[in-house]
Amino acid sequence: MTETLAFGRTPLLTHNYMHYCPGCTHGVAHRLVAEVIDEMGIQDRTIGVSPVGCAVLAYNYIDVDFIEAAHGRAPAAATGLRRTLPPDRYIFAYQGDGDLASIGMAEIVHAANRGEKLTIIFVNNAIYGMTGGQMAPTTLPGMKTTTSPGGRDVAQTGHPIRVCELLDTLVAPVFIARGSLSSAKNTIKAKKLLRQAFDLQHQGFTFVELLSTCPTGWGLSPTDSLAWLDRNMLPFFPTKTFREPGAMPEHTAAYHPDLKVRD
Amino acid sequence: MNHIDIDRERCKSCGLCIDVCNKHLLEFSKDLNSHGYHPVELRNPEKCSACSLCGIVCPEGGVQVYKEIRDKTR
Amino acid sequence: MPSQKQLMKGAEAIAEAAIRAGCRHFFGYPITPQNEIPEYMSKRLPEVGGVYLQAESEVASINMIFGGASTGARVLTSSSSPGVSLMSEGASYLVGAELPAVIVNIMRGGPGLGDIAPSQSDWSMMTKGWGHGDKRYISLCPATVQEAVDMMSLAFDLAEKYRNPVVLLGDGLLGQMMEPVIFPALSEIAPEQSWAARGKLATRPRVIVRSLYLDPAELERHVDHLYDKFARMEREEPRAETWMCDDEPPVLVCAFGTVARIAKTAIGKLRGEGLRVGLWRPMTAWPFPVESLQKAAATSDRLLSIEMNKGQMVEDIRAVIGHDKPVGFWGRSGGMVPTVDEMMNAIRGQFANA
Repeated sequence: MTETLAFGRTPLLTHNYMHYCPGCTHGVAHRLVAEVIDEMGIQDRTIGVSPVGCAVLAYNYIDVDFIEAAHGRAPAAATGLRRTLPPDRYIFAYQGDGDLASIGMAEIVHAANRGEKLTIIFVNNAIYGMTGGQMAPTTLPGMKTTTSPGGRDVAQTGHPIRVCELLDTLVAPVFIARGSLSSAKNTIKAKKLLRQAFDLQHQGFTFVELLSTCPTGWGLSPTDSLAWLDRNMLPFFPTKTFREPGAMPEHTAAYHPDLKVRD
Repeated sequence: MNHIDIDRERCKSCGLCIDVCNKHLLEFSKDLNSHGYHPVELRNPEKCSACSLCGIVCPEGGVQVYKEIRDKTR
Repeated sequence: MPSQKQLMKGAEAIAEAAIRAGCRHFFGYPITPQNEIPEYMSKRLPEVGGVYLQAESEVASINMIFGGASTGARVLTSSSSPGVSLMSEGASYLVGAELPAVIVNIMRGGPGLGDIAPSQSDWSMMTKGWGHGDKRYISLCPATVQEAVDMMSLAFDLAEKYRNPVVLLGDGLLGQMMEPVIFPALSEIAPEQSWAARGKLATRPRVIVRSLYLDPAELERHVDHLYDKFARMEREEPRAETWMCDDEPPVLVCAFGTVARIAKTAIGKLRGEGLRVGLWRPMTAWPFPVESLQKAAATSDRLLSIEMNKGQMVEDIRAVIGHDKPVGFWGRSGGMVPTVDEMMNAIRGQFANA
């Protein structure tokens, strides 16, 4: 009887045992990124930027050159890589919601606005995982965390930030999409988004947000976490592609990119 | 016969593969791996369709799926 | 072929010197009194196939430096006191990740928003406080535009020699004054560095540029390794000059940067009045030139540190001299530049109670 490998482990994942909590979908996101780099055959031209957060150790798991950025600064560090390396390189930054949408908000907005030729992978699990489950900018209204024990009070702390929609107001980005890791089907779709983002990164700024779970921080089992994500996060963070090359969203149509200052 | 290979040491008994297998062929083993987790095992491999959903949802990249090549002539 | 002598403003000369030293990438943010550096770079770098990028903040700038330095490129940023404060975290990361980079600080009046007038009130920040953790930075202190130009190529060489950030510490005067300068020839871009993150080739293990060492024993070994480098810097890199010290003057003035130039004028005049005064001028704020100071101080009765701050270098001098002999301090802060006459009076005071 002969057999083929229907589903194998990509060599782009190292042999290291992952430190993530059981059922945390960071591990799934890592596998998708590793598979995309593997399938594009760009291991020798890809440099990753790891954040400060649960995924700070991403470099132990994805077998490419990496630099470890200060908290919130991955888009700036990635800009430094992009502006000094030959243009054939692929650069991605992998960030969590505290890293990207809180301390690093200026960096992500300006990297996107400059149209830096990068792929940013934004893993949104609506909480600070590594530091023990505090409220993040994407924490949902009424959601209990260690720093919103009575549930997030929007009157005091505002509402969850929709980063894709926020970046979609900018002219320069060429790809902005949000996917989810809450099911096998969504995971398959998420990988396509990542591939699109990597494919387009030499044309401009590409951004993929992945809704992800935090069983430990949410206080739920891995299985219940997936259901919780679909029930609570999807309504607030719709999964869709916001920006693709060529499609200038209507709110930017009035501003024509070729508009120059008239002397 | 189709079958899957679960890396016993990587498995953290998160159970996501068990949920996704629509033929309910996966369950926790009695014994523990070196990290203290009950790794998942495949029961009744003959029913496995090699659909790979278990591999797709596994956060540890710990599942490999093998599909039997049926000899068409028979 | 080095350039002809040309008249140039300090800030622009510093920028051109960086390019001559092989720097092709500048990441920075506007702040007076150093704006001519990014302005010059925005025009000049594209002419030499380089990249000028204005960041959204000094925090972003120093982290772009971190990314650029990770690829082995010669990268430069420049700012002024408040902006340099914002870069402190990034500077600590550069030390931890062992990345070469050059940071120019054209100091201005502080604390807080302060003013945009020249100052030397970041001596302690650059030599002790800049950023968290056990770390050091070489800080070069030019007193003339020519010295600033020469120190720029030295800064890049030292940054790569030690894989550690180097600071060029100037005050607002240096940035704004115009003086004749001669530039070294345009040197080629630095050779590729084996430790750089440029894409994992099958022929070598992965490069991970990081400063996280979760295991304390491992971090201690790493910090010890960093301190081996700092010890070598302390042995090989202190630089200082003495002036008018041959006749063993009883009063030794200590001053750096442009204050040292004013001091030379004051000392010359006092010598005319028959008062024997010498000058000791450190050219590195760190490593602090201990031996040179001890030698110069050995033959004097009293020292007087003159600074544009409330007494920062004097603390390092007192740490060396101890109670052997009195170490006085006189200074102006707030961006006030001391005049020759004021300085002469302060020095005369040393003779009065000698």
